[in-house]
Amino acid sequence: MAEFLIGLGLPGWLAWSIAALVSAVLLLNVIAGGALVFIWAERKIAARIQDRLGPTRTGGRFGWLQSLADGIKLLAKEDLMPEGADGLLFRLAPYVSFCASFCAFIALPFAFDVVGQRLNVAVFFVVAVLGLEVFGVILAGYASASKWSLFGAMREAAQVVSYEVPLGMCVVVPVMLAGTMDLVTIGEKQAGWMSNWYLFHDPFTFVIFWVYVTCAVASVNRAPFDLAEAESELVAGFHTEYSGLRWSFFFMAEYGSMFLVSALAAVLFLGGWNGPVPVAQLVGLSEGTGDSAAYFVRLLGLGNLIAKATLGVLLMMWIRWTLPRLRIDQVMTTCLKYCTPIAAVMFAGAMFWQLFLPGGLLPGWSRPAGEIREGWLEGPGGLPAAHPTTSGHNVGVAATDPSDSSGLATRSPR
Amino acid sequence: MSNLIDDDPRIIEFDVRTDEMLVNMGPQHPSTHGVLRLVLRTDGEIVSETEPHIGYLHRCAEKIGENVSPRQWIPYTDRLDYLAAMNMNLGWALTVEKLMRHEVGEKARHLRVLIAELNRIGSHLVGMGAYGLDLGTFSPFLYAFREREKILDLFEEACGARLTYSYITCGGATADLPPGWLQKCEAFLDQFEPIIKEYHALLTTNAIFVKRTAGIGVLSREMAIDYGCSGPVLRGSGVDQDMRRDGESIYTGMYDGYAFEVAVQKDGRYPRDHSYPSVPKEAVLGDCWHRFFVRMLEVVQSMDLVRQAIDRYAACKEPLGEPMKLAEKLPVGDAYLETEAPKGQMGFYVVGNGTSIPWRVRARSSSFSNLSVTHELCRGCLIADVPAIVGSLDIVMGEIDR
Repeated sequence: MAEFLIGLGLPGWLAWSIAALVSAVLLLNVIAGGALVFIWAERKIAARIQDRLGPTRTGGRFGWLQSLADGIKLLAKEDLMPEGADGLLFRLAPYVSFCASFCAFIALPFAFDVVGQRLNVAVFFVVAVLGLEVFGVILAGYASASKWSLFGAMREAAQVVSYEVPLGMCVVVPVMLAGTMDLVTIGEKQAGWMSNWYLFHDPFTFVIFWVYVTCAVASVNRAPFDLAEAESELVAGFHTEYSGLRWSFFFMAEYGSMFLVSALAAVLFLGGWNGPVPVAQLVGLSEGTGDSAAYFVRLLGLGNLIAKATLGVLLMMWIRWTLPRLRIDQVMTTCLKYCTPIAAVMFAGAMFWQLFLPGGLLPGWSRPAGEIREGWLEGPGGLPAAHPTTSGHNVGVAATDPSDSSGLATRSPR
Repeated sequence: MSNLIDDDPRIIEFDVRTDEMLVNMGPQHPSTHGVLRLVLRTDGEIVSETEPHIGYLHRCAEKIGENVSPRQWIPYTDRLDYLAAMNMNLGWALTVEKLMRHEVGEKARHLRVLIAELNRIGSHLVGMGAYGLDLGTFSPFLYAFREREKILDLFEEACGARLTYSYITCGGATADLPPGWLQKCEAFLDQFEPIIKEYHALLTTNAIFVKRTAGIGVLSREMAIDYGCSGPVLRGSGVDQDMRRDGESIYTGMYDGYAFEVAVQKDGRYPRDHSYPSVPKEAVLGDCWHRFFVRMLEVVQSMDLVRQAIDRYAACKEPLGEPMKLAEKLPVGDAYLETEAPKGQMGFYVVGNGTSIPWRVRARSSSFSNLSVTHELCRGCLIADVPAIVGSLDIVMGEIDR
């Protein structure tokens, strides 16, 4: 986009700034809009789980405007700050939390090349920046001048810092398989059929995915690990003293992080923006080219990723409304005695698997996606004999005209 | 700063021991069941001392009882344990009847068993649901309230009220059951019975629930007796006592001919325990899990009693009979009677002086005694265990503060 603006004659610094601003605003809307939808969804899902109806009036039939109405209510609320609170830090805390959640979205690919900023250390960046959210919580707990807030902040600090360890180990496994930290490349490598997803790469990745789910739930403070705001123990934990807009920033940060860890799981383990069946590739479309068809494929991928991430978020909601809360020592035990060793063993297992069985147990079960695409890009003349299984995937797809434009991937009729 | 605060030894001590923190849990706190205030002395997450402070709900109920006639005090008993108002009505009515040597008819007797046991189910459902809430799960609470709502509907049909019934009264009950009520009650029991399995799945056998309750807040048999605990708290510690079986004859006579087993662990087994989930290995007799489980067993037990009462009540053809007059004169003398309310033994004491207004009225509440073990149970536990322990005692502030 910046190049396009420069092409219009704008100076470079202005063009880059505008491009950055547009990306940032887009991402901000993803988080804010996503939070609205997820808050509404959580209310409806919680209600259905509990034999209630949930919001039904606001904004028509399903109460879909309820979160917006809540937002307006929060805007209109008095901005309270307890006496004795550290004013600067108290005001700063929600923004620190929100910014951490927001910044991590910058490196998150929503589809092939649909990413705020493609980074070669994207995985590292996302995990590191997401970990910064804890600073906002600790600041809030410290600055609130409330004992309950302090308890919540201390719990959050202990919990999140501990869970970073197994979470990091889980995240390293797909990085190791892909050989890169670039999330876009990791997603690309899982293109093709569902069997190419790293979840199904080997038994170790399958197990470590569930460890990742546990750690992700814990690191975003959702039940049963929501100790920092355990309402039956700590009133509301670190945000006890917050109200109105400041409180809603914590809320948005929570939902933003929920979506983020789910999307990260989708990119790392569940094939990213690639659907279970490579529909676009089978009909001969490619996302890598620059024409309108490629944008259509990317849109499809965007839908795929959002669907997968939403599933993750829904899973967290389901867990939240079913299970009781763990105690702090049990949370730490789960992390140090179970998650970390399991993650370490699975990491070692995946490493040896990669070393001795790089092709997988069944040849052709799990192949780099590039092979498929390369096969399709062969053009008229058929598939190379080196990929015998690739042809199997193409059976049953209507033959495309071999004389089709070379921009679109074509394959030979069979 | 005023001298008053400066001289508070606790503050001085707090100033010296800097690693300790005094925290007020309540009176406005989500999990202190009303207006209980617990002062916790904490060292990080560990609670070294817990001190309950009560009195935030005091309404001079007993004093009011000395200015109105016994029947007029019935609505005040509703507000003692407002979750089991029928049982409170019953306790007071029986005490007054004991003083007056009045015996109710057969039909009123079965009606009282029926209503009181139904209210026990309702009370235990709240106790169970709220306990889930204390442990951080919200859904069982609403599942429990969904079923309790049906009990309240039945009560509403019988007496017009949903919480403070004033239904059972001195000398009988205010009105007979409306026609068709028994069928509705049976229909409720039939649909409620399988739902108990859901509760067991969501709470009793849930791994996290067991982790949070098993071995936590162990109340030994001796301590339970020493502190005067009663009800499920006492039976959860393995003491085989139930006023419905062991009480005075005027009360146990009500249950004459009814078959029920006291829900208590004997020789490592609960009665009829083949139909319930087994006790987890981690659970120790007298811990939060056992107190909770005894309540769940009593729900089934009460359902059984309600079914028996329905049959017996339906068999009685004579009319219910009129309750006492509003200003019936009390004889000179006193009477004390303890009944088995859902929370424990509820005792009422009344002294008559020949007028219609009692000279003395006192109530002995089970929640009060049960709450008194908090500081023993919460010594050295974690903050998260405090709601778990207090919740397992299933207290109601209305009857503690009276």
